[in-house]
Amino acid sequence: MAEAAPLLEVRGLARRFGGLRAVRGLDLDVQAGTIVALIGPNGAGKTTSFAMIAGFVRPDAGSVRFAGRDITGWVPERIAHAGIVRTFQITQPFAGLSVAENIRIGAFLRTRAPAAAMEQARALGSELGLAALLDRPAAALTVAGRKRLELARALAAGPRLLLLDEVMAGLTPTEVNDTVALVRGVRDRGVTILLTEHVMQAVMALADRIHVLAEGALIATGPPRQIAADPRVVEAYLGAGAAARLADG
Amino acid sequence: MTGAAARTRALALALAVLTLLPFASHSQFFVNLAMLTAISAALGQAWNIAGGFGGLTSFGHAAFFGLGAYADAILQTRYGLNPWLGLPAAAAFGGGAGWLIGTATFRAGLRGSYFALVTLAFAQAFGVLANSLDITGGGSGILVALHPGAGRFQFTDRRAGYALAVALLALATLAAWRLSVGRFGAHLLAVRENEDAARALGVPAVRVKSAALALSGALTALGGVLYVQSYLYIDPGIAFSAERSVEMLLVAMIGGAGTVLGPLLGALVVHAIADTTRSLITTPGVAPMLYGVVLLLIIGLLPGGVVRIAAVRGDG
Ligand SMILES: Nc1ncnc2c1ncn2[C@@H]1O[C@H](COP(=O)(O)OP(=O)(O)OP(=O)(O)O)[C@@H](O)[C@H]1O
Ligand SMILES: [Mg+2]
Repeated sequence: MAEAAPLLEVRGLARRFGGLRAVRGLDLDVQAGTIVALIGPNGAGKTTSFAMIAGFVRPDAGSVRFAGRDITGWVPERIAHAGIVRTFQITQPFAGLSVAENIRIGAFLRTRAPAAAMEQARALGSELGLAALLDRPAAALTVAGRKRLELARALAAGPRLLLLDEVMAGLTPTEVNDTVALVRGVRDRGVTILLTEHVMQAVMALADRIHVLAEGALIATGPPRQIAADPRVVEAYLGAGAAARLADG
Repeated sequence: MTGAAARTRALALALAVLTLLPFASHSQFFVNLAMLTAISAALGQAWNIAGGFGGLTSFGHAAFFGLGAYADAILQTRYGLNPWLGLPAAAAFGGGAGWLIGTATFRAGLRGSYFALVTLAFAQAFGVLANSLDITGGGSGILVALHPGAGRFQFTDRRAGYALAVALLALATLAAWRLSVGRFGAHLLAVRENEDAARALGVPAVRVKSAALALSGALTALGGVLYVQSYLYIDPGIAFSAERSVEMLLVAMIGGAGTVLGPLLGALVVHAIADTTRSLITTPGVAPMLYGVVLLLIIGLLPGGVVRIAAVRGDG
């Protein structure tokens, strides 16, 4: 049997903002059941790429295929129904709702009954360490709490492909370790993951494959060990202060 | 949380008892006052479904009220339909208009104050149309012939009018309560709180908002029918007045927008203040000013509405 077609196939994806070419021709495959990382210095175009895949930003060129279907130009809610759920780098809680109600909005994607959806939401929230905060308003959460809520809400929606945009930014080293274990657990349950992260040790620990973006263009693709040794990557990163970031851990 | 739930239930019970009181009264004056308050509460609740739960702050809900009123008046005077049929017809017109206005404006990405202006413009435009068309009787409006009797949907006993107002209030409050417990209502709140986050989780934002506006418009249009059947007259000024749009919004905001019981409390408070200032102060112009000041104070001091005094749950 031939190798299975990738779950996600991105071809020639491009987008400009005025004179700025934020993403210029991104090619990227994500095989089902794997964790793929999209990394690169600040402003490289990672969030814009995620936003195009999830339908929030319309690409100027290129295509996105998911599970054999061309989803280019679909609206976000339709893409979510198809099985791709994204998180937001700048967290976007439903501020006036409780933490449990936030997560339940995700659960409502696959579960129509309010009580059952709430039960799922509370169970998932507790699993992600939000048990004590479930009845608090989401607006009261700390940065770490909000990151966790983003993850919980997305997971509650039962995605086939999860797009994680810097869910570890601003977390303490312990929290990063917890989240790495959590993401691995999610993958083990059969969810495919595409993530972007500046916390390198997390990327190295998690990714099966890494794509490196700089100034909107893909400069390297490969397994973690190969990427870490790639002089083009080191160069792109050194300019952007990657050494300091690695030291901070 | 259980304390708040118990307080919510107590408040709901108190309000239910209060609605029953006028049935025992023989004072036409008192019953009339109660009817006006109940209509305000029902219209405020209808506004609340879009404006409170959905955050769709409309400044032109009179558009739906007027559509309902004219649908009812025209169908019976020009087409000889039984006025009871005005109810489903008005609901269809109000709901249809809400759906169309919603889809058009939300697809165009209009939100917040832009949406408020669009609704205001619709109410104004409908007023202009009603003033100039033949079928609406132009500026002189439509007079419905007096035919007292339940079969013709006309009642001489004011208590019957009050009962109909309470029925509409109950219907609108039932709808609001369903929103507070169901999936559609949760989607509506999610879109209100953060549209992008909601869409990322599969919530069809435009459809959800349009449906809420349709439901709100249908209920508001039913209020227009009750008006025509009580006063047997409608004209463009009454149907599409800015005052009515503002009152609907005020009742919901003063009571507590986005809560199930808020508009009921809001109608009580707004009517109490309006009637008290009017009867206490006879110098012309001062009463409305005082009324405005008191309402501003409430909005300033109680941003969540008077329902917060009872410390009920957010969804109470
Ligand atoms: N809506 C927008 N309008 C104009 N410019 C934008 C917009 N969104 C992103 N950009 C620009 O496009 C470039 C890519 O931004 P993007 O957010 O995709 O980068 P990123 O790789 O996610 O960066 P970071 O690591 O800082 O999150 C940046 O220069 C950014 O300023
Ligand atoms: Mg980013």
